[in-house]
Amino acid sequence: MDWEALWLTLKLAGLTVLVLIPLAIAVGRWLAVTSFRGKAVTEAALALPLVLPPTVVGFYLLVAFGSGSWFGQTYQSLFGHSLVFTFEGLLVASVIVNIPFAVQPVQRAFEAISPDLRDAAATCGMSWWRMVWRIELPLAWPGILTGVVLTFAHTLGEFGVVLMVGGSIPGETKTVAIAIYDRVQAFDDVAAAKMSALLLAISLVTIALSYLLTQRLGRRYA
Amino acid sequence: MFKRIPAILGLLAILIAAPLPARAQDVPVVVAAADLQFALVEIADAFKKDTQRELKLTFGSSGNFARQIEQGAPFQMYLSADEQFVFSLADKGLTLDRGTLYAIGRIVIIVPHGSPLKADGTLADLKAGLADGRVKRFAIANPEHAPYGARAEEALRHAGLWDSIKDKLVLGENVSQAAQFATAGGAQGGIIAYSLALSANVSKHGPYALIDDTGHQPLRQQMVLLKKAGETAKAFYAYMQSPSARAIMRRYGFVLPGEQS
Repeated sequence: MDWEALWLTLKLAGLTVLVLIPLAIAVGRWLAVTSFRGKAVTEAALALPLVLPPTVVGFYLLVAFGSGSWFGQTYQSLFGHSLVFTFEGLLVASVIVNIPFAVQPVQRAFEAISPDLRDAAATCGMSWWRMVWRIELPLAWPGILTGVVLTFAHTLGEFGVVLMVGGSIPGETKTVAIAIYDRVQAFDDVAAAKMSALLLAISLVTIALSYLLTQRLGRRYA
Repeated sequence: MFKRIPAILGLLAILIAAPLPARAQDVPVVVAAADLQFALVEIADAFKKDTQRELKLTFGSSGNFARQIEQGAPFQMYLSADEQFVFSLADKGLTLDRGTLYAIGRIVIIVPHGSPLKADGTLADLKAGLADGRVKRFAIANPEHAPYGARAEEALRHAGLWDSIKDKLVLGENVSQAAQFATAGGAQGGIIAYSLALSANVSKHGPYALIDDTGHQPLRQQMVLLKKAGETAKAFYAYMQSPSARAIMRRYGFVLPGEQS
């Protein structure tokens, strides 16, 4: 059992949630309440990682992060090391591929809030921030929670992008999914089976927990 | 629900603050051709016992690693299955020097238990099997970037089998995956590294036979220290040339520089 890989994976998933969810709340709410020219294109662009093969995303990230690009070079001169094949690079990649998993449920949740409620809040003299904090966020919370869980669970299972930009370095970029692939190649079926079972269990618990919480929340705010 | 936010944030803060283990210490990432999968793990264990120094080993296809090194991967030492990859990195100024030859590899044909094919190093039975339809799938490593795949292709071409086998090939990303494919039962056989076949993990899946090494270019395996190499990587580079490491390499069927096969 590769505990280092498991810890790394959980850490990557947790940090992806932490970085992505605030962004997803801002972007999701903005998309829910405004309409503008090119909104469809914006939404399509945000949904892209959902349909693109991970290899395509991985390839573009590799090119963008690599020492051949201005971004890669700037990063390298600032931090003294390349973004590819590092945990930071993996985190950036993970945030990007998870955008649709976080933004879409959040956006749907904000869309479901009746505009009348916002008007009523404004009539009562609530400030914008207070209205968002006291009315919209609690109502959108099940959607946000779904975004959190989907992002977390999807990061646990992400393979293609991690393989391409990670480089399978133990303790740095070797996630459980990669470690399983690695063990299979090393003819170590016992370790692969153990890790697969553990990942299956963690994923199941995560998803089940989200259904449970969403149900309870749904009842409370219904 | 919102009362729990501080707790959640606190938990995530712990996640960030928790250092990734072994990052600051001198534990170099050593990348190696997949044919070293078993031999190098043993050598790294012996190295640890002798020097108390640790390594992070990653195995894969030599060509992929060369590409990743060009892209700035933070590796300190690279053990290729093909010297050309090392020379090309050296020409680009990415290595400390032009490296050292550490072994010459051999290829074998392996067939899983119950395969209609015989483990025949002359490839004569493979030829017969292709003619009479016994061979449906045959595994080799991807010749485009895996040296063992390229040598397998040469051996198949040399035997005059390439045209009849090329539509039946399944390609492993590296030779270790090719071994996986060759022995898992979906294919009737495959050409893999001798060093892998000599491991009990692989040989328990079926018999194998050495392929004559006059039918392909030699697998001249070159290792090199990369620009970022630290003390431990340098120590390991020297250790690879020590008698204890050479004894392990010999046990895995490698021909060592300065020795006859």
